[in-house]
Amino acid sequence: MTQIQFSAPTSVDDAVRQLTDGGSAAKILAGGTDLLVQLRAGYARPTTIVDIKRIPELRQIKAENGGFRVGAAVAGAELSEHAEVKNSWPGVVEGLDLIGSTQIQGRASLGGNLCNASPAADSVPAMIAAAATCTIAGPGGQREANVEDIVTAPGQTSLGEGEFIVSFFLPARPPHSGDAYLRFIPRTEMDIAVVGAGVSLSLDDGGKCVAARLALGAVAPRPLLVEDGAKALIGTMVDDAALAKLSAAASAACNPIDDKRGTIEYRTKVAGVLARRAAEIALTRARAN
Amino acid sequence: MAKHHVATTINGDPVEYLCDTEQTLLDVLRDNLQLTGSKEGCASGDCGACSVTIDGRLVCACLVLGVEADGCEVGTIEGIAEGDSLHPLQQHFLQDAALQCGICTPGFIVAAKSLLERNPNPTETEMRYWLAGNLCRCTGYDKIITAVTNAASELRGE
Ligand SMILES: Cc1cc2nc3c(=O)[nH]c(=O)nc-3n(C[C@H](O)[C@H](O)[C@H](O)COP(=O)(O)OP(=O)(O)OC[C@H]3O[C@@H](n4cnc5c(N)ncnc54)[C@H](O)[C@@H]3O)c2cc1C
Ligand code: FES
Ligand code: FES
Repeated sequence: MTQIQFSAPTSVDDAVRQLTDGGSAAKILAGGTDLLVQLRAGYARPTTIVDIKRIPELRQIKAENGGFRVGAAVAGAELSEHAEVKNSWPGVVEGLDLIGSTQIQGRASLGGNLCNASPAADSVPAMIAAAATCTIAGPGGQREANVEDIVTAPGQTSLGEGEFIVSFFLPARPPHSGDAYLRFIPRTEMDIAVVGAGVSLSLDDGGKCVAARLALGAVAPRPLLVEDGAKALIGTMVDDAALAKLSAAASAACNPIDDKRGTIEYRTKVAGVLARRAAEIALTRARAN
Repeated sequence: MAKHHVATTINGDPVEYLCDTEQTLLDVLRDNLQLTGSKEGCASGDCGACSVTIDGRLVCACLVLGVEADGCEVGTIEGIAEGDSLHPLQQHFLQDAALQCGICTPGFIVAAKSLLERNPNPTETEMRYWLAGNLCRCTGYDKIITAVTNAASELRGE
């Protein structure tokens, strides 16, 4: 006899109700690429699983206010195949696309990557750099939050009981904007980030940086928005001196762990290098449009 | 909770089964339906031996719950050959010696077929990236790439 209840609601309200009824031992299921591994390992022991993939809003990508609304359960492969999103937010698509293999891409979602709350989650620095926000549904109705405010510690989020992410909003892109995400891993595919860096920036017609955001993954207990990184670029022509400052700000923000993937010193150094490289790619993209 | 009653299509045929929430689609295929072509190498999404398609998308059956397949079209290795005639991918895996122990082979063939449906003429780099989630501990991969290359040109009628 099965112990775990399962439901696959087709509306946000039903999902909230079922999650709330399930209490603290209820779990959302999106692509399952984290949850099923954790179930198998006995690490997650939910009494209720609520599959959100049959709720239409969770699976849609649509244009909104010049930007895009992306359902929290849209799979990586679906986002990569969306030419307009890829064109506006190549860094975000790169971040999600780096997750796992083709098979994993068939399922892995932005919502799952964020809410699994790994410090090394690949799409999260790109989403933070993009100033993406999310719409959260819960027993008290819907609310908005910035992506950087969701993960609070490894495996922990700021979502309350019965709450889940319905969709993300990627804002409109002014002209001369670009973003990029880079991760450092010891091989070319299928590995966990030693460091991840996401940069988004916008230039004015003369090429001066008017907006910038830098976010880092895998260098602290949670993905970081590095305000000093943005400050290093805004108001400059994104020249060598500005990029050197950005690099220093990235390293200064690090508070990493020492593990088999990288020492504290190594991660701190690589964060600076990677932030600069991501900024250079974002800059090239911004100048091209 | 009673078992879930699931109605799916597998390799084009309607199939109904009962399963527990905890059972993965791979468990259901192998244990309930005796479709043992899909293999379990790791049960954690790392090896690709359990590759199947769901509504045309390549996924790891070990990372999908059996109950999630309700109303979906599932494609497994058992649906690749047409009756007694092998699919060109299967033929070339044999001819080009792209397998030794064979544990990884069903997953590679399902994954490669899904690639060739999207991209009939992939470069070697595209093949290697697409198949990066399929692990083989025997062949060293080169013969697999040769087999997929040869099957692709046969499928293109070359
Ligand atoms: C072989 C393999 C390779 C991987 N490689 C990478 C990698 O390179 N980089 C990387 O970052 N990750 C990687 N992962 C981890 C995983 O694939 C990603 O984190 C993925 O984005 C999770 O998404 P999902 O939809 O499958 O989440 P699920 O497993 O469905 O959910 C993950 C967690 O988030 C919760 N959740 C899901 N959706 C929501 C929502 N909308 N609202 C609230 N909570 C929610 C779930 O309850 C669960 O706790 C890998 C996993 C595997 C198996
Ligand atoms: S058994 Fe599913 S990926 Fe290894
Ligand atoms: S043939 Fe043995 S694992 Fe591939």
